[in-house]
Amino acid sequence: MTAVLGGRPEGVSTLHFAMDEADGVDTRQRLVVIGNGMAGARVVEELLERGGGEQFAITVFGEEPHGNYNRIMLSHVLAGEEHEDDIVLNSHDWYADNGVQLRAGVRVERVDTHAKVVHAVDGTATSYDQLVIATGSRSFIPPMSGLYRDDEQLIPGVYGFRTIDDTRAMLEAAAEHEKAVVVGGGLLGLEAARALQGHGLQVEVVHAGTHLMNQQLDPDGGAILKQSVESLGIVVHLATRTTEVIGPDRVRGVVLGDGRAIDADMLVIAAGIRPVTEVALLSGIEVERGVVVDDQLRTDDPDVYAVGECAQHRGEVYGLVAPVWEQARVLADLLTGTDPDAEYHGSRTATKLKVAGVDVATMGVNRPERDTDEFLVISEPRRGVHLSVVVRDDKLIGATLLGDTRKVAFLTQAFDRGTPLPQERIKLLVDLSDGAAEVGVAELPGDSQVCNCNGVSKQMIVDTVKDGATSLGACMDKTRAGKGCGSCKSLVKQIVEWAADGAVTEDESADWYVPGIPLAKPELMAAIREQGLLSVSAVFAALAPGGAEDAKSKMGLTSLLRMIWGSDFVQENDAKFINDRVHGNIQRDGTFSVVPQIKGGVTTPAQLRKIADVAEKYEVPMVKITGGQRIDLLGVRKEDLPAMWDDLGMPSGYAYGKSFRTVKTCVGSDFCRFGLGDSTQLGIDLETRFQGIESPAKMKLAVVGCPRNCAEAYVKDVGVVAVGNGKWEVYVGGAAGATIRKGDLLATVDSPAAVLELTGRFLQYYRENANWLERTYDFVPRVGLSRVQQVLLEDSEGILADLDEGMQRSIDAYTDPWGQDGKAPATPGQFRTSLPLVDLPKVPVR
Amino acid sequence: MSLTHDDVETPTTGPAKTGTPATEVREGPAAAGPGVPHVVGRVEDVPPGEGRAFIAGDAQVAVFRLRDGSLHATQAACPHSGGPLADGQTDLNVLVCPLHLYAFRWSDGTSPGGASPVRLYPVREQDGDLVVEV
Repeated sequence: MTAVLGGRPEGVSTLHFAMDEADGVDTRQRLVVIGNGMAGARVVEELLERGGGEQFAITVFGEEPHGNYNRIMLSHVLAGEEHEDDIVLNSHDWYADNGVQLRAGVRVERVDTHAKVVHAVDGTATSYDQLVIATGSRSFIPPMSGLYRDDEQLIPGVYGFRTIDDTRAMLEAAAEHEKAVVVGGGLLGLEAARALQGHGLQVEVVHAGTHLMNQQLDPDGGAILKQSVESLGIVVHLATRTTEVIGPDRVRGVVLGDGRAIDADMLVIAAGIRPVTEVALLSGIEVERGVVVDDQLRTDDPDVYAVGECAQHRGEVYGLVAPVWEQARVLADLLTGTDPDAEYHGSRTATKLKVAGVDVATMGVNRPERDTDEFLVISEPRRGVHLSVVVRDDKLIGATLLGDTRKVAFLTQAFDRGTPLPQERIKLLVDLSDGAAEVGVAELPGDSQVCNCNGVSKQMIVDTVKDGATSLGACMDKTRAGKGCGSCKSLVKQIVEWAADGAVTEDESADWYVPGIPLAKPELMAAIREQGLLSVSAVFAALAPGGAEDAKSKMGLTSLLRMIWGSDFVQENDAKFINDRVHGNIQRDGTFSVVPQIKGGVTTPAQLRKIADVAEKYEVPMVKITGGQRIDLLGVRKEDLPAMWDDLGMPSGYAYGKSFRTVKTCVGSDFCRFGLGDSTQLGIDLETRFQGIESPAKMKLAVVGCPRNCAEAYVKDVGVVAVGNGKWEVYVGGAAGATIRKGDLLATVDSPAAVLELTGRFLQYYRENANWLERTYDFVPRVGLSRVQQVLLEDSEGILADLDEGMQRSIDAYTDPWGQDGKAPATPGQFRTSLPLVDLPKVPVR
Repeated sequence: MSLTHDDVETPTTGPAKTGTPATEVREGPAAAGPGVPHVVGRVEDVPPGEGRAFIAGDAQVAVFRLRDGSLHATQAACPHSGGPLADGQTDLNVLVCPLHLYAFRWSDGTSPGGASPVRLYPVREQDGDLVVEV
């Protein structure tokens, strides 16, 4: 792994059009930049933008052999989310094309400021007229014993986290090792920890501070971040140092200050950075913590400037990128004469980032400093949210947002420009007028639409309640509010409560699984089992009040009975929803959609040809690729369904039921150059195993071959993510429909077989315990992730064997409905049209 | 992009009738017969608990045979947005449209959910024939 990042193929050369090369006379000033990191390269870019290429012959020294790359993105490269080629900012070609001489891989030793010559380790001496020092910083290695070999090199297994070479070395090591200790619980350390964990390593973070990210967060915020980090499975040790590395030939573990020892075969040091000042020191330039510069970024030598992380300006040394950009602009203005009076006055540092999956934004101070400072904190440890602002003299001087950064735009503006703040300071942190749900229902205008699916206004709900529908259920039945996608249900509930003014009637039916049988799910299932009720009509006869059947309960009972009894279930067509009677999805015009099974979204030319033939033969008005990576034939007449299935000769894709729907996949390891696992095959295997399984609500899955998440596995009922080393993360309870929710990490397992087993257990647990029509994104939070984990991973209720058996029964009972009913209808006229039997205006054929 | 159907085999059934079903229905509960009786089919054409669509004279009707054996007939298209009522689900009190799950009472055609009422037609069995009065 010695490839030069942003390098150029051998033998390529670029013509130079520098001044009068033919005469050997270059009248330009000589500008030398020491350091080819983000600061040095940015200065060159800004210079060129201002026409500096004609004023200066520019030479850039870079210690690394690479082009200039985006150091901030290294944690993404380590996480496998970005390819190293994608973080290159300026390749070797760029320097050549712009007539800039890049001396990559050449370290500068010292500068003779009197002779104005730069001496590099390769023995060369380069004269300059103006010099820019941009040597950046390096990882700070805290003292600990056993860290170095006799030759003063770090022992194998110890890594800094500063350069692409560090990152490459860690990636290589991550593939071979199992346990890593990260020293440092700041931004960089946490990102390294999360990235390594993503590669399947067990990771522990050792942090000397009393709370994580203590540079940016106050202790309470740090505690909440710790909780979020630990919930990812990363162990955090606070207020302790790593005093010893257990070796001696390579890292075998570490010893902490309190004497505890931790096994580890990788040690990542991310305990902060220190400015690189050796060149300046050896050259006699003034150095305190960093290279001291004035407001014109000049050192104590008038022709030597310093920018970036190595520079110390008004006592501040910055470690963020935004101040570097500002400094580069000022310096370019000065050097080119674009603005001879340009000055840098320091930066107000505001930063927004994602640490280990948690959104963090910080600016200014993180706690009050004077007695008169206002300090407002909102802390929600359960949600992992901690927000605070510090206000002084009606101006925002600091803000910390953890877990919820929705207000960052407003706060940044207030912080940067000193814009006026709301008198109610809480509005700084909570958007009290953002979306109807957050407005108090009392203030909501009567004509504001509450339920967008069914067009119900607040006034309609209020009137309905006044007319006597004082329970949520009764009001929803009357108005249909909340009966579409369901996302407004909580708002409807609030309005009903407000309108009823404390006189809300409790729905006694709220706990019932279906409205027609007064039993909650566990009791209903027990009664069905004990009394051996095999059909929906038998359930009504035995359990419904007065034995009365209920149309709206039939579909839920059919699903439940099928799950309980498998192939022993006695089916009744009138107890099924129309979709399940004719195995297609009814459309607004009474036609149906036909979706053949295409497991994992992987098809063949022969299948496509067949589908195309069928679509033409039956004059299908629309052929659509679905969001679930399937092919949907829309607008099919009911009476054509059996013949169509027969012609297709493919099984049903189950795009219509409250059932296991689809498994989306990415191209995985077969073709994708980033794929870490064979997601396609695993998706096909999942779909093969669980095809057509009925459930309380639909189940949509996805498998992706790396954390780039091309098939959106993080927002699926069950999402599987390959993280390398043969390991797979299994997420549950995700959603990306009317509700958006990232799934919770249920577990990381180490084989496709383990994914199949765990998925089966989760799905069966959901099938047995979820309410009718309750999607996993409501079910998982209701039950609680930790409980789900205890049941499914530790068998805390001793039911794993039952879950496996229950799922197997359903799998064994699977038959392809198209293959069955297509040949012999289940009831007379099963596929007769129910549409009005006259010609109607035609939908245009696409 | 549009597909052409020029060189396609003849479909197995007649030309496409896709489109939004008719929604023109007279307002208010239906005035029950006496109308003109039409034989629309056989009782066994309608499975227990289900419905089937027929033509009675110039009216399109959906006929239902409930699980207690009773017969009911309604207009074929849902008054709400034209859904095919014969594809709906039933119990002894109501019919539920498959598209948006509005319920309609057998007793008078009204909807507890607030949709316009559905038109009911008298229906009876006569020697195994389904007779609908329109």
